[in-house]
Order: sequence, then C-alpha cells, then structure tokens
Amino acid sequence: MSDFFKNKDLTRKQAENIINKTLLSKDDGELYLQDSVVESITLDDGKIKNTSYAKKYGMGLRGVIDDVVAYSHTNSISKKSLIDAAENINSTLKSFKSKKHDNSLRKSNEILYTDHNPIDAKSLKEKIKLLHRVDQYLRSKSSLVKQVTASINAEKKIIEIIKSGGATFSDSQPTTSFRASIMMQKGSKNTQGSYANGGRFLFDEYINENNWKKVCDEAFRQASMNLDAKKAPAGEMDVVLNNGWSGVLLHEAVGHTLEGDFLYKKSTLFHDKIGEQIANKQVTVIDQGNYQGGRRGSLNFDDEAEKTQRNILINRGKLVGFMHDRLSARLTKNKPTGNGRRQSYQYAPMPRMTNTFMMNGKYSREEMIKSVKKGIYVDALGGGSVDIVSGQFNFTVSNARVIENGELKENVKGATLIGSGSDVIKNISMVGNDLELDNGFGMCGKSGQTVQVGLGIPSCKVLMTVGGSKV
Amino acid sequence: MLKDKKFLEEQASYCLDKLKKLGATDCEVLVSNSISESVEFRNKKIESSDRSDTLAIEVISYIGKRKSSTSLSYVDTKTTDEMLEKVIEVTKITPEDQYNELPEKELLIKDYEDLSLYDESEIDNQKKIEYLKEAEEEALSYDDISKTNSASFSQSKTNFILQNSLGLSVGYKKSSFSYYIDLLAKKNEGGNERDYEYDSKAFINELMKPKELGKIAARRAIRKLNPRKTKTQSIPIIFEPRIANNLLSTLSSAISGSSFARGTSFLKEKLNKKIFSNFVNIIDDPRIKKSMYSKPFDNEGVSSEKIYLVKNGVLKSLKLSNYYSKMLNMKSNGRSSGLTNTYFTNGNKSYNELTKNLDKYILVTETMGGFGNTTTGEFSCGAAGVCYENAVSYSINNFTLAGKLEDIFMNLILANDLQFKYSKNSPTVLIPEGLVVGGK
Repeated sequence: MSDFFKNKDLTRKQAENIINKTLLSKDDGELYLQDSVVESITLDDGKIKNTSYAKKYGMGLRGVIDDVVAYSHTNSISKKSLIDAAENINSTLKSFKSKKHDNSLRKSNEILYTDHNPIDAKSLKEKIKLLHRVDQYLRSKSSLVKQVTASINAEKKIIEIIKSGGATFSDSQPTTSFRASIMMQKGSKNTQGSYANGGRFLFDEYINENNWKKVCDEAFRQASMNLDAKKAPAGEMDVVLNNGWSGVLLHEAVGHTLEGDFLYKKSTLFHDKIGEQIANKQVTVIDQGNYQGGRRGSLNFDDEAEKTQRNILINRGKLVGFMHDRLSARLTKNKPTGNGRRQSYQYAPMPRMTNTFMMNGKYSREEMIKSVKKGIYVDALGGGSVDIVSGQFNFTVSNARVIENGELKENVKGATLIGSGSDVIKNISMVGNDLELDNGFGMCGKSGQTVQVGLGIPSCKVLMTVGGSKV
Repeated sequence: MLKDKKFLEEQASYCLDKLKKLGATDCEVLVSNSISESVEFRNKKIESSDRSDTLAIEVISYIGKRKSSTSLSYVDTKTTDEMLEKVIEVTKITPEDQYNELPEKELLIKDYEDLSLYDESEIDNQKKIEYLKEAEEEALSYDDISKTNSASFSQSKTNFILQNSLGLSVGYKKSSFSYYIDLLAKKNEGGNERDYEYDSKAFINELMKPKELGKIAARRAIRKLNPRKTKTQSIPIIFEPRIANNLLSTLSSAISGSSFARGTSFLKEKLNKKIFSNFVNIIDDPRIKKSMYSKPFDNEGVSSEKIYLVKNGVLKSLKLSNYYSKMLNMKSNGRSSGLTNTYFTNGNKSYNELTKNLDKYILVTETMGGFGNTTTGEFSCGAAGVCYENAVSYSINNFTLAGKLEDIFMNLILANDLQFKYSKNSPTVLIPEGLVVGGK
C-alpha cells in the first residue's frame, strides 16, 4: 500500500482536519487519492515499438450540496494544494446550504482480486520474448498476414478514500491485458482482425501457451473471414447475435439509459417506466460489481467506498431498478448500488456500469438461425455508442454472415448496426441458453471518462437496421 | 498560478542531465503545466465546478538505437529520479530499431514568429455561468425547447517547455476558452430529440456570442423534431460542414506516416496520385495567428510549415513524424502531434446551386459510430438528418449510410461556404453517388 502522507508537509491528521472542516458543512464528499503505474509494451511491424511507463499520482477533493458538485484535483499532495482545493469547493458552494450531512456507508468486506503487482509478476524480457512469439505465430499462419500488432499492458492502481469523520478505505486494483491485431491483404483488399483478453489478475493466470494462442487465433479468424466477404445488406432485418462480447448491445442500448444520473435529470427515455414491462419476458438484465473471478468491471468497493453488489435492472422484461452513485441515490430516494465510479483522481465519480449481462433464455443458437427468413448472423461485434436522450445507438460489426431461409450463407463485410434502445429491447424475440461473459477488454466512455467494464449475453435474435451497401 | 518558463526549464534540464548521467546517448523531455477550470450549468443553475492543476513530465531516452519512454505527474525529486532510473533500465532491455533517433538538427525549430496563442484574460466561474445563462435564456425563448440537457464552459491555460539533447529548448503559453449547450426539444411521437452548439477559441473576445450559440443549438434541436423513418435507397447525400469535417479527420488518419510505412492505409499506393476530383484542394496550416490549433513545431521540435495535403485532387503530402519519415525515406514535416488547421479550400458553387438540380436528397446533420475504416476503406455509420423531396422537407433518423471511402472522396463536390471554426474545416459537401441509405 502507498502511504500518501509520507515525507510530505501534510500529515494524515492535518488532511483529516481540512477534510472535516470542509465537508462537514456539505451533504457529501470525500478526498480520493491515487498512486498508479501503467506499463505498456507494444510490438508492431516485427519490432518492439514502445516500452513505456506512466505514473499517475494525485488527489481530488469533492464537496456536494443538493445536486451541485464541486471538484478540485491536483497532482501535488501538499498542505497548500489541499487548502486551495478546499477553498475552491467552498467558493462554488457558498450560496447553497446543506440540509443534512451524510457520511454513512454500506461497507464491503469482500476481496475480489489479488493485491500483487501485475507489472512485476513477469519480467520485461519475458514479455518482449512473448510478443515476438506472437508475431512469428501469426505470420506463420498465412502469407496473407501483412501486419501484426501485439501489446501487453499492466496497471497497478492504489487508491485511498477519506470521508469526513476520518473513515479511510484503501484498495489495490490490478489490471492486465493482452491484445493481438492483424491486417491481411489479398490483391487490393485489406482486412483486419483484433482480439484481446484481460482482467484483474496476473499474467501467469492467462498468458499461458493456450490462452495467448486463442487470442491470436480469433484475430486471425476475423481477418480471414473477411477476405472473401461480400457487401452486407442494408435495411431493417432480423439479426442473430453470438454470445459473449455481443453484450455490448445490452451495454449501449439499455445499460447507459439505466444509469441513475439520467434518472434524476429525467433525460433517459426510461425515467418514468419503473415497474413497467419494457422488454420481452425472456429478458432479465443484471449489473454486478462484485462478480468473482477477476472480472474487469469488478471492484471491492466503488470509487465512493460504497459496497459493490448484484443489481437486477430488468426482471423478466419489467424495469425494476437503476444503477446509482451516492448522489443519484439521494436525489431519487434510492439506496446507492455501488456504481459510483471514476476514471482517476482527475474526475468526480458518476453512475457507471460494472459487469452487465443478460440471463439465459431457452433457445439454442441453431433454433434462432433456423427461424430467420432473411437476416444476418453476427459473429463478431466491434464497439458502439448511444445517445441517451433519443436512445439511438450504433455498433460496428466486424464479421457477419447472411441468413437466408434459416440457413447460413456467405460472409459479409463489416457494417454498422443501429436502432433505438426502447425498440430494440422490445425487439429481442429469442434469448439463447448459452450466456457467456466477454474476454475482458471492455472500455466504456461517458462524459469524457473511460472506465473498464465487463459484459455478457447469451445468443439473441433481435430486429435491427443493418448499414450495408447492398440495396 | 501557471508555472513560469524558468521553472519548467529547470525541471526539463534536470531530467536531461540526469538521463545523460545515467547513460542515455540522447534524450527528449517535455514538461507542461495545465490549469483548467470549468463549470456545468443546467436549468438556471450551476450543476458542478471542476478545477484541475497538472504538471506533467514526458521523457524519451535513447541508448544508441534503443529507445523507451515514460511519463509522470510531478511528485517529488525522489519519485522523478526513480522513474528516470526505470526508463534507462528499460531502454537497455528494449531491442534496437534502426529508425530510433532524434530528428536532425536542421529540421528543428529555430526562430519563429509569435503566433499570439495566449490570452491573459481570466474568466472566473461567475462569468462562465453568465455566458451559459445567456445562451440558455435564448434557447428557452423557443417554444419547442423544453430544457437544457447539459451545458459547460471551460477555460484552460497551458505552459510547456520541450528540450532535447541536441540543445533544443522551446515552448510557449497557450489558452483556450470553450463552451457548449446541449438542448432537449419537446417530446414528440419519436421520443425526445437533442442537439447542441459548441465554440472554442484561444481568445475570449473571439468566442461566439452566447445568444448566437443558444439560437443555433435551439434551431438544430427543433429541426430534429417529429422524425420519420426512411426507406433503403441510393440517393444524393449532403454533409453539412460539421459532419463534412470528419472527412478530413478520416483523411488525416489514412495519410499518416505510420499507416503508409506499415502498409495499413487503403491509400498506401496513392501518394502523388489522384484521390479527389480536380477541384479539391486540402491545406494544413500550422501558422494561423490566434488559432488554438496552430503549432509552429511538433512534439519532437520539428518546424512545421503550411502544406498542401491535396492539390488539384492529387495526394501531395503525408502526416509525418520523425520515425516514420525515416522509415519511408522522407523528411519529417513536423506533424508528429497531428495535423493543425486543416481545411478544404472553397468550391465554386453556393449551397443553393449545389442542390438546385436535385429532386430528392438527404442532408446529414448527425452521424454515429466511425466515419470510415482507413484500413479496409469501408464506410458505414448511423445517421440522422433532413430529407428534401421536391419542395417538402422532413426530419429523418435511425438510418445508416454505407459505401466506400474511395468513391466518397472521388465523387464529392464542395460548396463555397467554408468557415474556420474547428481544427478541421469543410464547406458543405455533396456526395452525388456512392452512398447507400439503410432504413425500413
């Protein structure tokens, strides 16, 4: 653990005094401290292109009254900068009066991941050697492989949260990830494939022989599938999504619209739909921040020190809950759900997803494909985004195949999938029995903050608009 | 208070000296201090305030042809020393690469004209709120606008010093003032609609007036009300300027030195070949005075001049950094930190002349998802806009656009309504053919 008050002109006691003096006159708030190092190693074009270390160190003080948030952060942890931050917060909030100071917390005693340093778990030399093996392995698969990029990233993030009253919470949050991307070329046609895995565990737990090869094989499969791909169809049709990473559909189309800040701002189209049937009865959606097994979206406690937990968002098609941080919970008279998260000390927390997934239904993927007259089967989805207000979302498809009269036909090139969240959740007509969580590479952006998330879904059949170029 | 030049120079020199002592044969250090303050405002009151003060050090060390890098937010001398020791240790282990070296001395910036990139003005939070309030008041004067979804004003000041072991030591202060308002238009059958307007300038007095900002945002949000669906079809497409700008971002990524050297750009065989029609010129000018996107030199210290990226439809220049220019056997043009002020020169038709002979077309006012894949050359995105059919127009949403970047580039026709507003600037663009609309 990092001692943020060692060798400094600011002792812990002094910091607590400043925090108490500043925050006891507010509704809520805390001091968040961070000491993290990220190691990135990239191989590209057959060479090690990048070895770098980035250190992030600093603190952010937050004060909240009613629905107004004042935040001030700096990378100097000193008495002067903490006093400056406190003055800045007092200045923003001077015309507001706190009705009730609340520093009660739902405390967590779970330990979901190791506190070992993932950077030191393997030497740099070993990692460089592995990346070269990845390069050789992928290039040996086909002479059409023209470019290989592979990277290993590891982060050791130590945080501390100090509430008014002096309650202190520390956590050491490891992250590791490995990604392989390739480009293949046949004639003048270029195709791409990219895959990754990762989570809150050490390298040895997954960069063993089989795991890194599995990642490479999937990147290779995506790129080769597109070599002979035809134009994708355009227009509204049935789409069968494969299980696992396709959970990004749930994340964009539904997940974001169930974040508590959009509830109290009444900007989500679901803000007045609690208790209503918003989806097919086959659909049950969970967000679970305390998921075991080193999932990327898991935290021992969230970035406001609230306990993470399993939250049911949609139960058999009925909207039953939103995801809250302390602010949105208070303003909507709910309990915090452990979803208050932030990218780093440079940001105030807000309601975010953790690991979001749909529960199993009863159909097999074959049954879904058989039921489609004209549509596509999506084999690999890319990223996506959503406009909360209108509910319009989009995703990039990496690989797909045409379905005609219940049979899989030719490969088609990547196309964008679009729809509106409230429609798509109703338009999920078949839910599969093969729930799988993603491989551990989800990144989610909201209001300029990126956090890592997990997601998952069983195979699903859903009506959507496919953005191909074949009329 | 923003750290002064002397302080930043001392930090940079300390790192350079230390790295050399530890065994670096060459090195480069960038030290910067940024202070930004912003407020968010919604429905007549402040929603949040944020103050950020960051001192960042970025270091690249070379030992012969071995290279490694590190970045840190300033902590203390002890931590800085630890990170510098670490980067040297890692440099020694990193394999050699023949292109790893500092830029040649003659490419480095020497004297340059002051581009006037720093405004001393301080816009305190109260003043920021006044801007947002005025924009919101103007927007709410429209009956169809129900409320503000979000609005924010941010002031940012940066000072930096870049030094390398060839004796380079340069840097300057820069400022930016940015604000936006994002509005909700009244609920209609299709659900809520929103749209925004945004402006950002180096000088506060050049910023768009709040009333104008509120008015533009309101009109845009209202334009999206009562959307219909459209059918799947091939039809002429018009990108309004804020959408057409994305064509330049896509081009920027497709002509990067890295994607040419690594063979991953769909344009990789096209240098000095035609990729647009004869009437298309694209310029990148790093030396525009008072523009917050100007950069007289890049983050490697290489001087950057005004260049034609595309002249009479022919691709003339790439976006080059030192490393990839060496790999391509070319000279860096100082674009290691990206393009600067990039623009299409005006076409020769007004907007009305552009659309005069079209029976039916779609004006795209919003896109979602990527704006083309520069490796495969495929283009596919979600979109919303306005459909014009004879004399009637109506809002449409939830459709897709797809085609090939190659065709979009070659077919596009430029209007003559160019305005400088962003880093990438385009007049209205007509794509007469090559895009398929996916809908009902």
